[in-house]
Amino acid sequence: MRFDSLLDSLGGTPLVGLPRLSPSPDVRLWAKLEDRNPTGSIKDRAAFYMIEQAEKDGLLTPGCTILEPTSGNTGISLAMVARQRGYRMVCVMPENTSAERTQLLRMWGAQIHYSPAEGGSNEAVRVAKRMAEEHPDWVMLYQYGNPANARAHYETTGPELLADLPEITHFVAGLGTTGTLMGVGRYLREHRPDVRIVAAEPRYGELVYGLRNLDEGFVPELYDDSVLTTRFSVPSDAALKRTRELLQEGIFAGISTGGALHAALGMAAKAVKAGERADIAFVVADAGWKYLSTGAYEGTLEEAEQRLDGQLWA
Amino acid sequence: MAIEVRIPTILRNLTGGEKAVEGSGATLAELISDLDANHPGLAERLVEDGKLRRFVNVYLNDEDVRFLGGLETKVSDGDTVTVLPAVAGGMR
Repeated sequence: MRFDSLLDSLGGTPLVGLPRLSPSPDVRLWAKLEDRNPTGSIKDRAAFYMIEQAEKDGLLTPGCTILEPTSGNTGISLAMVARQRGYRMVCVMPENTSAERTQLLRMWGAQIHYSPAEGGSNEAVRVAKRMAEEHPDWVMLYQYGNPANARAHYETTGPELLADLPEITHFVAGLGTTGTLMGVGRYLREHRPDVRIVAAEPRYGELVYGLRNLDEGFVPELYDDSVLTTRFSVPSDAALKRTRELLQEGIFAGISTGGALHAALGMAAKAVKAGERADIAFVVADAGWKYLSTGAYEGTLEEAEQRLDGQLWA
Repeated sequence: MAIEVRIPTILRNLTGGEKAVEGSGATLAELISDLDANHPGLAERLVEDGKLRRFVNVYLNDEDVRFLGGLETKVSDGDTVTVLPAVAGGMR
């Protein structure tokens, strides 16, 4: 396949079957390999769409500074595009993210402002909003509330899935900004009204929730729970275990993908029990490279889980 | 009949520091009122106007109760209920 530039090659990622992990010929799992995007994650879709929209709206002009709260992948995507187009990039990232994310962001020329580990991504959002007020000339694309994030998936990821798997019964993805689930979910439901849209939400250790006041939680502006069929909370140990199980299929994925697989297998088990046919597609949001330093792939699961405690893995 | 309920750090002042407590009931609403009898104040932190508070997530065996039946979700012996504050996901 030939493209005029790397960015033109965005999307069009493979959907691969998982013959070993699928419970039966009637209940099949399919992995959407989003690590095959320009910077290696599904976030390229949202980042590219948000930048294009901001340029169209006249918000972004060469020399502008982009500000974004991110736990890594969106920042990496934005920083790559920003460098090509002459924008300065400032990321607000929780300090408890993997070392690779920092290295990649710096490699693309982004400036990193760390937010405290306690509170995880909520805290990064809060800090970024404060910085945006202090720098009114900076452009915060704000993936949690930017409709172009969900639209990227409505216009690209959703149609790709339906074209490759017209018999799709379930779509499963990680829940963060909610952009993937909202965009793909709305598109699929228009074409397959009975499709089940399933969210896999990461569940972290004490540190991330520790100081969160129940009155100051955070729900992304993009989130509309009517799009979802159900939502699972996946603990770190389950996500790690599933990430390793994917290796049986030759897939070296990031840890959040293990979370999505965990929810996908949960839905698969329900289908088997009910004697229903199912074709369940789930998202491989990124590959494992950025998590090697966390030790997720070596030693026993218990050791890996201990090493991961307090880290943001999605 | 016992159902294990995992309590987030922010609410452990109401459970004497316990990370998990046990309760009983046929529905989540009954379970919460049972818990409140032993740990006064807990219900008020979770429920408002007969609904779960906006930034409180409750999971029954890891599935969000908002998609199961809300406070009327059926619970039974051996279930695990997890209470967590709403947070922004990562990746992202």
